Amino acid sequence: MPDTPAIIATHLVKTYAGVAAVSDISFTVEKGEILGFLGPNGAGKSTTMRILTGYLPATSGNVSVCGVSVASHPEEVKRRIGYMPENNPLPEDMRVSEYLYFRGRLKEIPRRKLGPRIDEVLELCDLKRVRHKIIGKLSKGFRQRVGIAEAILAEPPVIIMDEPTIGLDPHQILIVRDLIASLRGRMTVIISSHILPEIEVTCDRVLIINQGRVVAQGTPADLRREILGHSTYQLEVAGDLATLPVVLTSVEPTLRLTEQGEPDAAGFRPVTLTTERDDELGEALLRALGAAGYRLRSLSRAHPTLEDVFLAATRRSWDVKSEDLRKAEAR
Amino acid sequence: MKHFFTLLSHEIRMLLVSPSTYIAAMLFLLFMGFIFTGILEDYSKAAREVSPANVFFQFFWFPVLFMVPLLTMKCLAEERRLGTIETLLTTPVTTTEVVLGKYGAAYLLYVALWAATGGFFYILYKFVGDAHFIDFGPLAGGYLFVAVSGLFFIAVGVLASSLTRNQAVAGVLAFVLLVLIIGGTNYLATSTWLDREVMSPLKDAVTYAQVISHRDDFTRGVVDTRQLLFYVSGTILALIFSILGVEAKLLHS
Repeated sequence: MPDTPAIIATHLVKTYAGVAAVSDISFTVEKGEILGFLGPNGAGKSTTMRILTGYLPATSGNVSVCGVSVASHPEEVKRRIGYMPENNPLPEDMRVSEYLYFRGRLKEIPRRKLGPRIDEVLELCDLKRVRHKIIGKLSKGFRQRVGIAEAILAEPPVIIMDEPTIGLDPHQILIVRDLIASLRGRMTVIISSHILPEIEVTCDRVLIINQGRVVAQGTPADLRREILGHSTYQLEVAGDLATLPVVLTSVEPTLRLTEQGEPDAAGFRPVTLTTERDDELGEALLRALGAAGYRLRSLSRAHPTLEDVFLAATRRSWDVKSEDLRKAEAR
Repeated sequence: MKHFFTLLSHEIRMLLVSPSTYIAAMLFLLFMGFIFTGILEDYSKAAREVSPANVFFQFFWFPVLFMVPLLTMKCLAEERRLGTIETLLTTPVTTTEVVLGKYGAAYLLYVALWAATGGFFYILYKFVGDAHFIDFGPLAGGYLFVAVSGLFFIAVGVLASSLTRNQAVAGVLAFVLLVLIIGGTNYLATSTWLDREVMSPLKDAVTYAQVISHRDDFTRGVVDTRQLLFYVSGTILALIFSILGVEAKLLHS
């Protein structure tokens, strides 16, 4: 079955004592794809991941991993998943290689293959130096990589990692990022993170969750377009701004002046323009402004980061929520 | 069940590398040694009817009350407090295997500690050079009793550990349950208000479950299958509740 998506989740609901942690989440992850989970604290990311691994049962809804239903065949699913939980719990009093050996045996790797495989993951995660150290005495970065090594140990088709880069320094983040990128195409990876540029670089697709609902999903570029819906230009311009809107409309009808700063000593002031057009307007703007007698010192197109998308998407869902509340109150 | 031995050997290994195991073992042997020398001193003063082994095993309840909670309080509570239960249960192992692995390791340590007290009798035998002090029947019966009742006591400790994520709570809970099982049945069996006609079925039940009298039977060489059944069924029940306890905590975590 080469075409079965790695993970299909349909209408997942999880309630804790009447409070919905996850309400009606549906998504699919294709084989070999790297999916990023984004969401503010308490959005239901960890709960969703735990349901995917079969650790927690969902209140309702269905998940299948590689075509196997999590609810009816949890054992089968657990063989296909490598999971690193939030905060990466590890036994304090074991050595790194002992721990990996123990986990490998639990994950049913044959004894003969386990030794070479442990060497391989130690190499991959840059853990060779600490293989005989006791886990409780390792620094946060090493512990985190032990968790990652453990998740990829059995070469499962699906890897789920809850905040794998938390507490790492930039150099280690780079290593982890390369590591995850090296899994692309071979394994399906789901990661959650607070570090948005991290997700943007690593992930093929992003799922933004807020208050137990999916508020947006797609590639980072799609999300930018969909959520923000406009491009922004920043200019430094000198001249009379009163006639500027007319010039802008002649370039592109949706182009508007949204912000303007105070002029500096040379008379240049920073100006922000937004438009609904996606394609590049820079050259047209330069020409039109020059022709209208404006002096221009700089022009750049702002690239909205995933951070902006994330903030916009989660804010939007809060707005929807508060509207719902108002309606409910009106009734 | 194919992961049971992986888990069991892991648990045993963790016990063997942990210094606390050796400290507990040393204190246990020190304490039992004091009891044993006390008994020998009594025997050197005056002749007794019963063998030293018999008297020695009369004190079995004391180490049970303190050692069993100490041995078992950590097993599941610690795993949950650290969150390692999550990584453990997301591998293809079942809750049953995890609980049985922990139980097996704790039981083996318990039995090993008691087996070490066999050294006292060996030393006595070597120095006295006379077999009449070592009455083999009560000795074997006593150790058999410890091994069989240990099944149940350790299972109770594991159950207590499965109910909480706090080791201290688990320890106190195990202690109280064991006091109820050992002391409580003894107290009820000797209390007079159960002597009334109406209460006679209850009285029978309590007498049947009286741990202290089981010990007497075992050291006298009477191995009653009903008593074996009492401990084995108690063990199975406690373990089933432990497994359910772990799973219930997952559902509501």
